[in-house]
Amino acid sequence: MLRRTLLAALLLTTACGGGTGGAPGTIEYWLWDSAQQPGYQKCADAFQRRHPGLRVHISQYGWDEYWSKLTASFIADTAPDVFTDQLAKFPQFVDLEVLRPLDDLVPTADIEDSDFQEGLAELWKGKDGKRYGSPKDWDTIAMFYDTAALRAAGVDPATLGELTWNPRDGGTFEKTIARLTVDQNGVRGDEPGFDRTRVKTYGLAANGGGGDNWGQTQWSAFTGSAGWQATDRNPWGTRFNLDDPVVQDTLRWYFGLVQKGYLASFAAIGGNNVITADKQIQSGIAAMGLSGSWTISSFTGLTDAAGRKLDIGLAPTPIGPTGKRASMFNGLADSITTFSRQPENAAKWVKFMSGEECQNIIGRSGVVFPARPAGTELAIAYNRDERKLDVSAFTDHIADRTTFPLPVTSNAADVTALMRPALDSIFLGEAPATSLTHLNQQLNELFEVSG
Amino acid sequence: MATRTAERARDDTRLALLFILPALIGFVVFLLWPTIRGVYLSFTRFNLLTPARWSGLDNYTRMVQDPVFWNAMGVTVYYVVVNIAIQTALAMVIAVLMQRLTRRTWLRGLVLTPYLVSNVVAALVFLWILDYQLGIGNRVLELIGLDRIAFLADSGWVIPTMALINVWRHVGYTALLIFAGLQTIPETLYEAARVDGANEVRMFRRITLPLLRPVMAVVLIVTVVGSFQVFDTVAITTRGGPVDSSRVLQFYIYEAAFSRFQFGYASAMSVALLAVLVVITFVQYRLTRAGTSDLAGGG
Repeated sequence: MLRRTLLAALLLTTACGGGTGGAPGTIEYWLWDSAQQPGYQKCADAFQRRHPGLRVHISQYGWDEYWSKLTASFIADTAPDVFTDQLAKFPQFVDLEVLRPLDDLVPTADIEDSDFQEGLAELWKGKDGKRYGSPKDWDTIAMFYDTAALRAAGVDPATLGELTWNPRDGGTFEKTIARLTVDQNGVRGDEPGFDRTRVKTYGLAANGGGGDNWGQTQWSAFTGSAGWQATDRNPWGTRFNLDDPVVQDTLRWYFGLVQKGYLASFAAIGGNNVITADKQIQSGIAAMGLSGSWTISSFTGLTDAAGRKLDIGLAPTPIGPTGKRASMFNGLADSITTFSRQPENAAKWVKFMSGEECQNIIGRSGVVFPARPAGTELAIAYNRDERKLDVSAFTDHIADRTTFPLPVTSNAADVTALMRPALDSIFLGEAPATSLTHLNQQLNELFEVSG
Repeated sequence: MATRTAERARDDTRLALLFILPALIGFVVFLLWPTIRGVYLSFTRFNLLTPARWSGLDNYTRMVQDPVFWNAMGVTVYYVVVNIAIQTALAMVIAVLMQRLTRRTWLRGLVLTPYLVSNVVAALVFLWILDYQLGIGNRVLELIGLDRIAFLADSGWVIPTMALINVWRHVGYTALLIFAGLQTIPETLYEAARVDGANEVRMFRRITLPLLRPVMAVVLIVTVVGSFQVFDTVAITTRGGPVDSSRVLQFYIYEAAFSRFQFGYASAMSVALLAVLVVITFVQYRLTRAGTSDLAGGG
């Protein structure tokens, strides 16, 4: 009797363990951005009308738990059929062999690079040349500012489009953020008697050391416009370039802004529990901040303590020593897991999301720039008409070809684990920028270890 | 008659086994087997998704040479020392006060309330209280004319701050354990001491402390082992930062396993932690002579 009960209990546990894909014909889809969920639900509805036998079930988890949940789902065999993938994370999944090449599935086999914004689709190919993600959107970096803070400082917003920076004296960019910085006595950063240890409003918002994502919203616009590349080639570089004086000079200057009191400090932004740039501007901790195009809706929705809408403006990233601006070019894609028991159905959904109908739905929701040029135009129009916002600070990078892709390399998780503390200690002022040489050595050694 | 007794004895054994069985199954499935498997995995390269490959002592060699591991060990020991020293002293005071000053159950119960709050909630609440920008804790500091302190974002403050957060949460429970120990000391000893003219301090040093030794030994072993395994507070408040200053061993192990997919290396570090805990427990046990009581001998 006991044995039978035990057996039943065991069977019950194993039965609960299974469950990838849920009910037959239901495609499990995961994403992390709650702002994008309504748009993709509309896509799912449209998809279900086209494919009456199939259903799409969307699950949304916040960024932090999304990746650990995904990892756990691979181990527990409860992985989704399709999930939203990110460039910095995707190489690790290729290494772990949990992604299914889209070329091998009939519905997605005919996806062409040329369907999307130039240079986007190529990033999602593995070292084997196979496509592991179908692009859904793209993003670049620009400067969001609080118009009221600029007015109080006597800074004309029109001048922000012409700012230049250099690693020696910071150029007009540093002058501007110094002007925008105010200490607790009301003295501005460029005025005599400024107390850099008691800053009320920083000229520039900070977003951590940038070790997670190659400084995407921190310093990548500066290293990029100084002409630096993170790896010898991209994607799938074989050597890192953090020992290059160009990056070290740039980061010495950038993180040096903390010592000057112009850039929000590690403590001011809540340590490792970072208050994002939009919240820093909202709460008056910062006047201006670099951020990605995916945060347009957060910034434009900001209100003051009384609930009045804040007037937020957009300016392009400053011009660097190369005489050009630069922005990291990144984006999301949809990947199919090897755990999916209905890969062909999953591929139909992926194909649909990368198609015109869904991308136009996403474009009209104005949350991100869709990967297809037509969808991008719709998103630009939405921002112009509904938000009265000119988003050319983001889109000009595409037109002017001033983007560079996020570095895609093997051992991505190890790279992050090594980079995060190393860059945080430069941000904190505990280590000099020259310590990047040692970090570079450690990163290059990863290639040897993994063979 | 004799046969029937034997039969009953055998019946009792079966019954006893039956009662022990659920706990035994739990022990084997959730403790013994994972431990054995963990030790095995520590000798392999294993990324959780593809089969483990035997790699001999590689993980251990790497561990010995890994500065982040040694840093994590140091940070953990620092945390344990601060946490246990303050917690034990405070718990002792509270326990003695509970015994000598109050008989009210609700007051004794009140001491335990922080323990009812989960680690995660306690960490979140203190994260907000101690926030550099908006935290009420820093507001109070400013009101009394001091500078704000980045409690959880400053390398020097982060470990003491975490240790104190967990003292707040655990001290009531520890106090209760000690209080239970105090209850076992016969009141007659105190009466005799009072007759002899001893004051409270003297009675505490000469009667309470020595007779509490076996209980204190158990309390220390339990709290030190628990303290070594600090994780939730770190995961919620700092995720190991700033830089590596709060990257305690458990958190480093977690990162290795679930962010970096190095389950073999994570297992090796877990085995090291197990070894450290076994040694510490053994030493503590011997030093405090936890198995014997002065009360039993003296009568």
